[in-house]
Amino acid sequence: MVTPETPASKQSKILSIETMSLGLNIRGSTLLNDISIQVTTSGVTMILGPNGAGKSLLIKCLHGLIEPTKGRFEIALHRCSDPIPQAMVFQKPVLLKRSVMENLQFADQHSCQRTDLEQALDAVRLLEKKDQPATQLSGGEQQRLSLARALITQPKLLFLDEPTASLDPASVLIIEQLINQASQQGVKSVFISHDIGQAKRLASDVIFLNRGQVTEHTDAATFFTNPQSREAQAYLNGEIVL
Amino acid sequence: MLDSSFLDALGLIATANADLYEILWLSVQVSITALLVSVILGFPLGTTLAISDFRGKHVCTTVLNALMGLPPVVVGLLVYLALSRTGPFGVLGLLYTPTAMVIAQVVLITPIIAALTYQVMDDLHREYRELFFSLNIQLPKAVSAYLWDARYSLITTLLAGFGRAISEVGAVMIVGGNIDHLTRVMTTAIALETSKGELAIALALGVVLLALALIVNGLVTAVRTRASRYGYT
Ligand SMILES: Nc1ncnc2c1ncn2[C@@H]1O[C@H](COP(=O)(O)OP(=O)(O)OP(=O)(O)O)[C@@H](O)[C@H]1O
Ligand SMILES: [Mg+2]
Repeated sequence: MVTPETPASKQSKILSIETMSLGLNIRGSTLLNDISIQVTTSGVTMILGPNGAGKSLLIKCLHGLIEPTKGRFEIALHRCSDPIPQAMVFQKPVLLKRSVMENLQFADQHSCQRTDLEQALDAVRLLEKKDQPATQLSGGEQQRLSLARALITQPKLLFLDEPTASLDPASVLIIEQLINQASQQGVKSVFISHDIGQAKRLASDVIFLNRGQVTEHTDAATFFTNPQSREAQAYLNGEIVL
Repeated sequence: MLDSSFLDALGLIATANADLYEILWLSVQVSITALLVSVILGFPLGTTLAISDFRGKHVCTTVLNALMGLPPVVVGLLVYLALSRTGPFGVLGLLYTPTAMVIAQVVLITPIIAALTYQVMDDLHREYRELFFSLNIQLPKAVSAYLWDARYSLITTLLAGFGRAISEVGAVMIVGGNIDHLTRVMTTAIALETSKGELAIALALGVVLLALALIVNGLVTAVRTRASRYGYT
Protein backbone atom coordinates (compact mmCIF):
# COMPACT_ATOMS: atom_id res chain seq x y z
CA MET A 1 0.00 0.00 0.00
CA VAL A 2 2.97 2.30 -0.25
CA THR A 3 2.28 4.96 -2.80
CA PRO A 4 4.86 6.87 -4.77
CA GLU A 5 5.22 10.55 -4.11
CA THR A 6 4.81 13.08 -6.84
CA PRO A 7 7.34 15.93 -7.09
CA ALA A 8 4.91 18.47 -5.65
CA SER A 9 5.02 16.85 -2.24
CA LYS A 10 8.75 17.45 -2.08
CA GLN A 11 8.29 21.18 -2.50
CA SER A 12 5.68 21.56 0.20
CA LYS A 13 5.02 20.16 3.60
CA ILE A 14 3.36 16.78 3.45
CA LEU A 15 -0.14 16.30 4.74
CA SER A 16 -1.08 12.89 5.99
CA ILE A 17 -4.42 11.30 6.74
CA GLU A 18 -4.49 8.20 8.83
CA THR A 19 -7.52 6.28 10.02
CA MET A 20 -7.38 3.54 12.61
CA SER A 21 -10.22 1.00 12.47
CA LEU A 22 -12.69 3.76 11.73
CA GLY A 23 -16.28 2.62 11.99
CA LEU A 24 -19.70 4.22 11.74
CA ASN A 25 -22.88 2.71 13.02
CA ILE A 26 -26.19 4.48 12.63
CA ARG A 27 -29.31 2.95 14.15
CA GLY A 28 -27.96 -0.57 14.05
CA SER A 29 -26.59 -0.60 10.51
CA THR A 30 -22.86 -0.59 9.92
CA LEU A 31 -22.20 2.05 7.32
CA LEU A 32 -18.42 2.20 7.66
CA ASN A 33 -16.53 -0.82 8.88
CA ASP A 34 -13.00 -1.04 10.18
CA ILE A 35 -11.43 1.46 7.84
CA SER A 36 -7.70 1.72 8.22
CA ILE A 37 -5.99 3.77 5.57
CA GLN A 38 -2.91 5.88 5.43
CA VAL A 39 -2.73 8.63 2.86
CA THR A 40 0.59 10.34 2.50
CA THR A 41 0.55 11.29 -1.16
CA SER A 42 0.25 14.82 -2.33
CA GLY A 43 -2.17 15.69 -5.09
CA VAL A 44 -5.43 13.85 -5.49
CA THR A 45 -6.56 10.77 -3.62
CA MET A 46 -9.55 9.29 -5.41
CA ILE A 47 -12.29 7.44 -3.61
CA LEU A 48 -14.16 5.10 -5.92
CA GLY A 49 -16.96 2.69 -5.22
CA PRO A 50 -20.56 1.89 -6.06
CA ASN A 51 -23.57 3.94 -4.91
CA GLY A 52 -24.20 3.61 -1.22
CA ALA A 53 -20.70 2.30 -0.51
CA GLY A 54 -20.14 4.95 2.15
CA LYS A 55 -17.86 7.31 0.24
CA SER A 56 -19.69 10.47 1.26
CA LEU A 57 -19.96 9.29 4.85
CA LEU A 58 -16.23 8.58 4.97
CA ILE A 59 -15.20 12.06 3.91
CA LYS A 60 -17.84 13.62 6.16
CA CYS A 61 -16.21 11.77 9.05
CA LEU A 62 -12.78 12.96 8.02
CA HIS A 63 -14.04 16.53 7.64
CA GLY A 64 -15.55 16.40 11.12
CA LEU A 65 -19.20 16.60 10.10
CA ILE A 66 -19.99 13.16 11.47
CA GLU A 67 -18.50 11.62 14.57
CA PRO A 68 -17.30 8.07 13.88
CA THR A 69 -18.67 5.54 16.34
CA LYS A 70 -15.52 3.41 16.31
CA GLY A 71 -11.82 3.95 15.89
CA ARG A 72 -10.15 7.27 15.22
CA PHE A 73 -8.32 9.25 12.63
CA GLU A 74 -5.60 11.79 12.44
CA ILE A 75 -4.92 14.49 9.93
CA ALA A 76 -1.52 16.02 10.31
CA LEU A 77 0.65 18.42 8.49
CA HIS A 78 4.36 17.87 8.75
CA ARG A 79 5.81 19.88 11.63
CA CYS A 80 2.66 21.87 12.15
CA SER A 81 0.38 21.60 15.14
CA ASP A 82 -2.28 24.16 14.18
CA PRO A 83 -5.62 22.90 12.94
CA ILE A 84 -5.38 22.26 9.22
CA PRO A 85 -7.62 24.50 7.13
CA GLN A 86 -10.06 22.27 5.29
CA ALA A 87 -12.90 22.81 2.88
CA MET A 88 -15.51 20.60 1.36
CA VAL A 89 -17.54 20.63 -1.82
CA PHE A 90 -20.76 18.79 -1.05
CA GLN A 91 -22.37 16.25 -3.33
CA LYS A 92 -25.51 18.37 -3.31
CA PRO A 93 -24.56 22.05 -3.53
CA VAL A 94 -25.70 24.16 -0.59
CA LEU A 95 -25.89 27.83 -1.47
CA LEU A 96 -27.07 30.78 0.57
CA LYS A 97 -30.18 32.60 -0.61
CA ARG A 98 -28.08 35.47 -1.86
CA SER A 99 -26.24 36.54 -4.96
CA VAL A 100 -23.35 34.57 -6.41
CA MET A 101 -20.84 37.16 -5.24
CA GLU A 102 -22.35 37.33 -1.76
CA ASN A 103 -22.02 33.56 -1.46
CA LEU A 104 -18.34 33.90 -2.10
CA GLN A 105 -17.95 36.84 0.27
CA PHE A 106 -19.68 34.90 3.02
CA ALA A 107 -17.07 32.15 2.93
CA ASP A 108 -14.09 34.47 2.66
CA GLN A 109 -12.35 34.83 5.99
CA HIS A 110 -9.18 36.36 4.69
CA SER A 111 -10.78 39.66 3.69
CA CYS A 112 -9.95 39.13 0.04
CA GLN A 113 -9.96 42.09 -2.29
CA ARG A 114 -12.96 42.36 -4.55
CA THR A 115 -10.69 41.71 -7.50
CA ASP A 116 -9.57 38.43 -5.92
CA LEU A 117 -13.17 37.37 -5.50
CA GLU A 118 -13.92 38.34 -9.07
CA GLN A 119 -10.91 36.36 -10.21
CA ALA A 120 -12.17 33.34 -8.28
CA LEU A 121 -15.52 33.64 -10.02
CA ASP A 122 -13.86 34.07 -13.37
CA ALA A 123 -11.88 30.89 -12.77
CA VAL A 124 -15.14 28.93 -12.68
CA ARG A 125 -16.66 31.04 -15.49
CA LEU A 126 -19.26 32.67 -13.30
CA LEU A 127 -18.11 36.27 -13.32
CA GLU A 128 -20.95 37.36 -15.59
CA LYS A 129 -23.47 35.92 -13.14
CA LYS A 130 -22.01 37.49 -10.03
CA ASP A 131 -25.13 39.50 -9.20
CA GLN A 132 -27.63 36.74 -9.90
CA PRO A 133 -29.36 34.86 -7.09
CA ALA A 134 -27.19 31.81 -6.50
CA THR A 135 -30.20 29.56 -6.03
CA GLN A 136 -31.25 30.28 -9.60
CA LEU A 137 -28.02 29.01 -11.14
CA SER A 138 -28.15 25.77 -13.09
CA GLY A 139 -27.05 22.59 -11.32
CA GLY A 140 -23.63 22.66 -12.94
CA GLU A 141 -23.15 26.35 -12.21
CA GLN A 142 -24.03 25.73 -8.58
CA GLN A 143 -21.34 23.06 -8.39
CA ARG A 144 -18.80 25.41 -9.92
CA LEU A 145 -19.72 28.11 -7.42
CA SER A 146 -19.37 25.58 -4.60
CA LEU A 147 -15.83 24.84 -5.72
CA ALA A 148 -14.92 28.51 -6.01
CA ARG A 149 -16.29 29.03 -2.52
CA ALA A 150 -14.28 26.12 -1.12
CA LEU A 151 -11.09 27.43 -2.72
CA ILE A 152 -11.58 30.99 -1.47
CA THR A 153 -11.15 29.69 2.10
CA GLN A 154 -7.57 28.78 1.14
CA PRO A 155 -7.67 25.19 2.39
CA LYS A 156 -4.71 22.88 2.76
CA LEU A 157 -7.03 19.90 2.51
CA LEU A 158 -9.94 19.81 0.12
CA PHE A 159 -12.74 17.23 0.16
CA LEU A 160 -14.63 16.98 -3.09
CA ASP A 161 -17.79 14.89 -3.26
CA GLU A 162 -18.51 14.31 -6.94
CA PRO A 163 -17.88 17.96 -7.81
CA THR A 164 -18.27 17.36 -11.53
CA ALA A 165 -21.26 15.03 -11.43
CA SER A 166 -23.58 17.23 -13.47
CA LEU A 167 -21.09 19.26 -15.45
CA ASP A 168 -20.66 19.50 -19.20
CA PRO A 169 -17.30 18.31 -20.60
CA ALA A 170 -15.84 21.80 -20.85
CA SER A 171 -16.76 22.59 -17.25
CA VAL A 172 -15.28 19.28 -16.12
CA LEU A 173 -11.98 20.36 -17.67
CA ILE A 174 -12.13 23.74 -15.95
CA ILE A 175 -12.68 22.08 -12.58
CA GLU A 176 -9.93 19.53 -13.15
CA GLN A 177 -7.51 22.28 -14.06
CA LEU A 178 -8.39 24.13 -10.88
CA ILE A 179 -7.81 21.01 -8.80
CA ASN A 180 -4.48 20.39 -10.50
CA GLN A 181 -3.51 23.99 -9.93
CA ALA A 182 -4.39 23.65 -6.26
CA SER A 183 -2.33 20.45 -6.05
CA GLN A 184 0.66 22.28 -7.45
CA GLN A 185 0.23 24.86 -4.71
CA GLY A 186 0.36 22.09 -2.13
CA VAL A 187 -3.34 21.56 -1.54
CA LYS A 188 -4.20 17.94 -0.80
CA SER A 189 -7.48 16.77 -2.37
CA VAL A 190 -9.65 13.82 -1.50
CA PHE A 191 -11.96 13.37 -4.45
CA ILE A 192 -15.01 11.14 -4.88
CA SER A 193 -15.97 10.34 -8.44
CA HIS A 194 -17.83 7.82 -10.54
CA ASP A 195 -16.00 8.91 -13.68
CA ILE A 196 -13.21 6.42 -14.28
CA GLY A 197 -11.64 8.55 -16.99
CA GLN A 198 -11.49 11.44 -14.56
CA ALA A 199 -10.00 9.24 -11.88
CA LYS A 200 -7.29 8.19 -14.31
CA ARG A 201 -6.55 11.81 -15.20
CA LEU A 202 -6.33 13.09 -11.64
CA ALA A 203 -5.52 10.38 -9.14
CA SER A 204 -2.20 9.71 -7.53
CA ASP A 205 -3.75 6.95 -5.45
CA VAL A 206 -7.12 5.27 -5.29
CA ILE A 207 -9.18 4.04 -2.36
CA PHE A 208 -11.86 1.59 -3.35
CA LEU A 209 -14.83 1.37 -1.03
CA ASN A 210 -17.56 -1.24 -1.10
CA ARG A 211 -20.33 -1.75 1.46
CA GLY A 212 -18.58 0.39 4.01
CA GLN A 213 -15.26 -1.36 3.68
CA VAL A 214 -12.02 -0.45 1.95
CA THR A 215 -11.20 -3.31 -0.35
CA GLU A 216 -8.04 -1.74 -1.63
CA HIS A 217 -5.86 1.34 -1.51
CA THR A 218 -3.23 1.43 -4.22
CA ASP A 219 -1.43 3.91 -6.39
CA ALA A 220 -3.34 4.96 -9.45
CA ALA A 221 -1.17 3.15 -12.01
CA THR A 222 -1.62 -0.17 -10.27
CA PHE A 223 -5.29 0.34 -9.60
CA PHE A 224 -6.22 0.95 -13.21
CA THR A 225 -3.96 -1.70 -14.78
CA ASN A 226 -4.04 -4.38 -12.17
CA PRO A 227 -6.68 -3.87 -9.47
CA GLN A 228 -6.08 -6.12 -6.51
CA SER A 229 -9.58 -6.71 -5.22
CA ARG A 230 -12.31 -8.61 -6.98
CA GLU A 231 -14.77 -5.77 -6.23
CA ALA A 232 -12.57 -3.18 -7.90
CA GLN A 233 -12.06 -5.41 -10.92
CA ALA A 234 -15.79 -5.83 -11.28
CA TYR A 235 -16.38 -2.09 -10.86
CA LEU A 236 -13.81 -1.18 -13.52
CA ASN A 237 -15.35 -3.73 -15.88
CA GLY A 238 -18.68 -2.06 -15.47
CA GLU A 239 -20.23 -4.94 -13.63
CA ILE A 240 -22.56 -4.69 -10.69
CA VAL A 241 -20.41 -4.96 -7.58
CA LEU A 242 -21.74 -7.30 -4.91
CA MET B 1 -82.04 49.34 6.40
CA LEU B 2 -78.71 47.76 5.54
CA ASP B 3 -78.42 49.96 2.46
CA SER B 4 -78.83 53.16 4.38
CA SER B 5 -76.52 51.94 7.14
CA PHE B 6 -73.89 51.18 4.57
CA LEU B 7 -74.16 54.63 3.01
CA ASP B 8 -73.99 56.20 6.45
CA ALA B 9 -70.93 54.08 7.15
CA LEU B 10 -69.16 55.32 4.03
CA GLY B 11 -70.17 58.83 5.05
CA LEU B 12 -68.52 58.39 8.44
CA ILE B 13 -65.32 57.17 6.83
CA ALA B 14 -65.33 59.88 4.18
CA THR B 15 -65.90 62.70 6.63
CA ALA B 16 -63.04 61.45 8.78
CA ASN B 17 -65.26 61.02 11.81
CA ALA B 18 -63.04 61.85 14.79
CA ASP B 19 -64.27 59.04 17.04
CA LEU B 20 -63.76 56.51 14.30
CA TYR B 21 -60.18 57.58 13.69
CA GLU B 22 -59.39 57.66 17.38
CA ILE B 23 -60.52 54.03 17.61
CA LEU B 24 -58.57 53.07 14.50
CA TRP B 25 -55.44 54.79 15.76
CA LEU B 26 -55.61 53.10 19.17
CA SER B 27 -56.11 49.69 17.53
CA VAL B 28 -53.08 50.14 15.35
CA GLN B 29 -50.97 51.45 18.24
CA VAL B 30 -51.87 48.57 20.53
CA SER B 31 -51.32 45.91 17.90
CA ILE B 32 -48.03 47.33 16.64
CA THR B 33 -46.67 47.64 20.17
CA ALA B 34 -47.73 44.07 20.91
CA LEU B 35 -46.17 42.93 17.66
CA LEU B 36 -42.84 44.61 18.48
CA VAL B 37 -42.69 43.02 21.92
CA SER B 38 -43.66 39.63 20.47
CA VAL B 39 -40.96 39.87 17.84
CA ILE B 40 -38.36 40.77 20.47
CA LEU B 41 -39.41 37.67 22.41
CA GLY B 42 -40.42 35.34 19.59
CA PHE B 43 -37.54 35.69 17.11
CA PRO B 44 -34.81 34.78 19.62
CA LEU B 45 -36.97 32.05 21.16
CA GLY B 46 -37.79 30.40 17.83
CA THR B 47 -34.24 30.76 16.56
CA THR B 48 -32.63 29.37 19.70
CA LEU B 49 -34.99 26.43 19.67
CA ALA B 50 -34.16 25.73 16.03
CA ILE B 51 -30.39 25.82 16.25
CA SER B 52 -29.86 24.24 19.64
CA ASP B 53 -30.03 20.61 20.49
CA PHE B 54 -31.12 19.52 23.93
CA ARG B 55 -33.22 17.01 25.75
CA GLY B 56 -36.86 17.99 25.74
CA LYS B 57 -36.61 20.05 22.57
CA HIS B 58 -39.43 18.04 21.08
CA VAL B 59 -41.61 18.78 24.11
CA CYS B 60 -40.82 22.49 23.80
CA THR B 61 -41.82 22.66 20.15
CA THR B 62 -44.98 20.69 20.83
CA VAL B 63 -45.96 23.05 23.64
CA LEU B 64 -45.17 26.04 21.45
CA ASN B 65 -47.37 24.71 18.67
CA ALA B 66 -50.15 24.10 21.14
CA LEU B 67 -49.83 27.65 22.49
CA MET B 68 -50.44 28.95 18.96
CA GLY B 69 -54.02 27.85 19.31
CA LEU B 70 -54.70 29.52 22.68
CA PRO B 71 -58.34 30.64 22.83
CA PRO B 72 -58.26 34.46 23.09
CA VAL B 73 -60.96 34.67 25.77
CA VAL B 74 -58.99 32.32 27.98
CA VAL B 75 -55.90 34.45 27.51
CA GLY B 76 -58.01 37.49 28.33
CA LEU B 77 -59.27 35.83 31.47
CA LEU B 78 -55.78 34.83 32.63
CA VAL B 79 -54.35 38.28 31.98
CA TYR B 80 -57.38 39.74 33.74
CA LEU B 81 -56.75 37.58 36.81
CA ALA B 82 -53.07 38.53 36.81
CA LEU B 83 -53.78 42.26 36.52
CA SER B 84 -56.91 42.55 38.68
CA ARG B 85 -56.54 44.35 41.97
CA THR B 86 -56.17 41.10 43.92
CA GLY B 87 -53.94 39.47 41.33
CA PRO B 88 -50.14 39.23 41.47
CA PHE B 89 -49.70 42.36 39.32
CA GLY B 90 -52.69 44.22 40.70
CA VAL B 91 -50.57 46.93 42.32
CA LEU B 92 -49.51 48.12 38.88
CA GLY B 93 -53.07 49.22 38.20
CA LEU B 94 -52.92 48.17 34.57
CA LEU B 95 -56.35 46.65 34.17
CA TYR B 96 -58.57 48.54 31.70
CA THR B 97 -55.62 50.37 30.14
CA PRO B 98 -54.14 50.05 26.65
CA THR B 99 -51.11 48.44 28.31
CA ALA B 100 -53.29 45.59 29.52
CA MET B 101 -54.50 45.08 25.94
CA VAL B 102 -50.91 45.03 24.71
CA ILE B 103 -50.04 42.40 27.32
CA ALA B 104 -52.97 40.20 26.30
CA GLN B 105 -52.03 40.47 22.63
CA VAL B 106 -48.38 39.72 23.41
CA VAL B 107 -49.43 36.53 25.19
CA LEU B 108 -51.56 35.63 22.19
CA ILE B 109 -49.15 36.30 19.35
CA THR B 110 -45.72 35.57 20.83
CA PRO B 111 -46.31 31.80 20.46
CA ILE B 112 -47.37 32.38 16.87
CA ILE B 113 -44.27 34.42 16.05
CA ALA B 114 -42.00 32.01 17.91
CA ALA B 115 -43.50 28.87 16.37
CA LEU B 116 -43.42 30.22 12.82
CA THR B 117 -39.87 31.51 13.36
CA TYR B 118 -38.90 28.09 14.65
CA GLN B 119 -40.26 26.39 11.53
CA VAL B 120 -38.44 28.74 9.18
CA MET B 121 -35.17 28.61 11.11
CA ASP B 122 -35.31 24.86 11.55
CA ASP B 123 -35.60 24.33 7.80
CA LEU B 124 -32.76 26.73 7.15
CA HIS B 125 -30.59 25.22 9.86
CA ARG B 126 -30.99 21.73 8.40
CA GLU B 127 -29.97 23.12 5.03
CA TYR B 128 -27.00 25.21 6.17
CA ARG B 129 -25.65 23.36 9.21
CA GLU B 130 -23.03 21.25 7.48
CA LEU B 131 -21.95 24.09 5.23
CA PHE B 132 -21.48 26.46 8.16
CA PHE B 133 -19.49 23.87 10.05
CA SER B 134 -17.36 23.28 6.97
CA LEU B 135 -16.75 26.99 6.48
CA ASN B 136 -15.98 27.37 10.16
CA ILE B 137 -18.68 30.01 10.62
CA GLN B 138 -19.02 31.20 14.21
CA LEU B 139 -22.39 31.36 15.94
CA PRO B 140 -23.08 35.13 15.69
CA LYS B 141 -22.36 35.14 11.98
CA ALA B 142 -24.44 32.00 11.51
CA VAL B 143 -27.41 33.48 13.34
CA SER B 144 -27.32 36.71 11.40
CA ALA B 145 -27.11 34.67 8.21
CA TYR B 146 -30.18 32.69 9.24
CA LEU B 147 -32.09 35.86 10.00
CA TRP B 148 -31.08 37.51 6.76
CA ASP B 149 -31.69 34.52 4.53
CA ALA B 150 -35.06 33.93 6.16
CA ARG B 151 -36.05 37.56 5.79
CA TYR B 152 -38.98 37.03 3.43
CA SER B 153 -40.47 34.27 5.55
CA LEU B 154 -39.92 36.29 8.71
CA ILE B 155 -41.73 39.30 7.26
CA THR B 156 -44.64 37.03 6.41
CA THR B 157 -44.57 35.77 10.00
CA LEU B 158 -44.64 39.32 11.25
CA LEU B 159 -47.63 40.20 9.12
CA ALA B 160 -49.46 37.08 10.27
CA GLY B 161 -48.87 38.15 13.87
CA PHE B 162 -50.16 41.65 13.18
CA GLY B 163 -53.23 40.31 11.40
CA ARG B 164 -54.07 38.12 14.33
CA ALA B 165 -53.52 40.93 16.86
CA ILE B 166 -55.59 43.59 15.14
CA SER B 167 -58.56 41.33 14.49
CA GLU B 168 -58.66 39.81 17.96
CA VAL B 169 -61.66 40.73 20.12
CA GLY B 170 -62.20 38.45 23.14
CA ALA B 171 -59.01 39.10 25.06
CA VAL B 172 -58.89 42.88 24.62
CA MET B 173 -62.55 43.13 25.53
CA ILE B 174 -61.94 41.44 28.87
CA VAL B 175 -58.75 43.24 29.89
CA GLY B 176 -59.45 46.57 28.17
CA GLY B 177 -63.09 46.87 29.05
CA ASN B 178 -63.99 48.73 25.84
CA ILE B 179 -63.94 52.11 27.57
CA ASP B 180 -64.78 55.00 25.29
CA HIS B 181 -61.80 57.23 24.42
CA LEU B 182 -59.51 54.98 26.46
CA THR B 183 -59.53 51.32 25.50
CA ARG B 184 -62.05 51.14 22.69
CA VAL B 185 -60.52 49.45 19.65
CA MET B 186 -62.08 48.48 16.36
CA THR B 187 -63.12 44.96 17.20
CA THR B 188 -64.65 45.79 20.57
CA ALA B 189 -66.36 48.84 19.13
CA ILE B 190 -67.88 46.76 16.34
CA ALA B 191 -69.21 44.28 18.89
CA LEU B 192 -70.67 47.05 21.02
CA GLU B 193 -72.22 49.13 18.23
CA THR B 194 -73.75 46.07 16.64
CA SER B 195 -75.40 45.08 19.91
CA LYS B 196 -76.68 48.63 20.30
CA GLY B 197 -78.07 48.54 16.78
CA GLU B 198 -75.75 51.32 15.60
CA LEU B 199 -75.12 49.53 12.37
CA ALA B 200 -73.63 52.51 10.51
CA ILE B 201 -70.77 52.93 12.96
CA ALA B 202 -70.27 49.16 13.21
CA LEU B 203 -70.16 48.86 9.45
CA ALA B 204 -67.78 51.80 9.07
CA LEU B 205 -65.40 50.17 11.50
CA GLY B 206 -65.88 46.84 9.77
CA VAL B 207 -64.98 48.33 6.42
CA VAL B 208 -61.83 49.90 7.86
CA LEU B 209 -60.83 46.63 9.56
CA LEU B 210 -61.46 44.73 6.36
CA ALA B 211 -59.33 47.22 4.44
CA LEU B 212 -56.51 46.75 6.94
CA ALA B 213 -56.75 42.98 6.62
CA LEU B 214 -56.66 43.27 2.84
CA ILE B 215 -53.61 45.51 2.99
CA VAL B 216 -51.80 43.04 5.25
CA ASN B 217 -52.72 40.18 2.94
CA GLY B 218 -51.61 42.18 -0.06
CA LEU B 219 -48.26 42.79 1.61
CA VAL B 220 -47.86 39.07 2.32
CA THR B 221 -48.52 38.28 -1.33
CA ALA B 222 -46.10 40.98 -2.45
CA VAL B 223 -43.37 39.62 -0.17
CA ARG B 224 -43.97 36.07 -1.42
CA THR B 225 -43.88 37.16 -5.04
CA ARG B 226 -40.68 39.05 -4.51
CA ALA B 227 -39.08 36.11 -2.72
CA SER B 228 -40.03 33.60 -5.38
CA ARG B 229 -38.87 35.91 -8.16
CA TYR B 230 -35.37 35.51 -6.71
CA GLY B 231 -35.83 31.82 -6.01
CA TYR B 232 -35.52 32.50 -2.28
CA THR B 233 -38.58 30.65 -1.07
N1 LIG C 1 -27.72 9.75 8.23
C1 LIG C 1 -27.82 8.48 7.79
N2 LIG C 1 -28.53 7.59 8.48
C2 LIG C 1 -28.65 6.31 8.07
N3 LIG C 1 -28.10 5.84 6.95
C3 LIG C 1 -27.39 6.70 6.20
C4 LIG C 1 -27.20 8.06 6.58
N4 LIG C 1 -26.45 8.67 5.63
C5 LIG C 1 -26.19 7.72 4.73
N5 LIG C 1 -26.73 6.54 5.06
C6 LIG C 1 -26.60 5.28 4.31
O1 LIG C 1 -25.23 4.96 4.20
C7 LIG C 1 -24.93 4.41 2.94
C8 LIG C 1 -23.74 5.12 2.33
O2 LIG C 1 -24.11 6.46 2.03
P1 LIG C 1 -23.13 7.43 1.27
O3 LIG C 1 -23.85 8.70 1.06
O4 LIG C 1 -21.82 7.50 1.96
O5 LIG C 1 -22.94 6.67 -0.12
P2 LIG C 1 -21.97 7.04 -1.30
O6 LIG C 1 -20.88 6.01 -1.38
O7 LIG C 1 -21.54 8.44 -1.20
O8 LIG C 1 -22.95 6.82 -2.55
P3 LIG C 1 -23.18 7.71 -3.86
O9 LIG C 1 -22.17 7.24 -4.86
O10 LIG C 1 -24.55 7.31 -4.31
O11 LIG C 1 -23.05 9.13 -3.50
C9 LIG C 1 -26.20 4.52 2.11
O12 LIG C 1 -26.76 3.24 1.98
C10 LIG C 1 -27.11 5.42 2.91
O13 LIG C 1 -28.43 4.99 2.80
MG1 LIG D 1 -22.06 10.18 -2.09
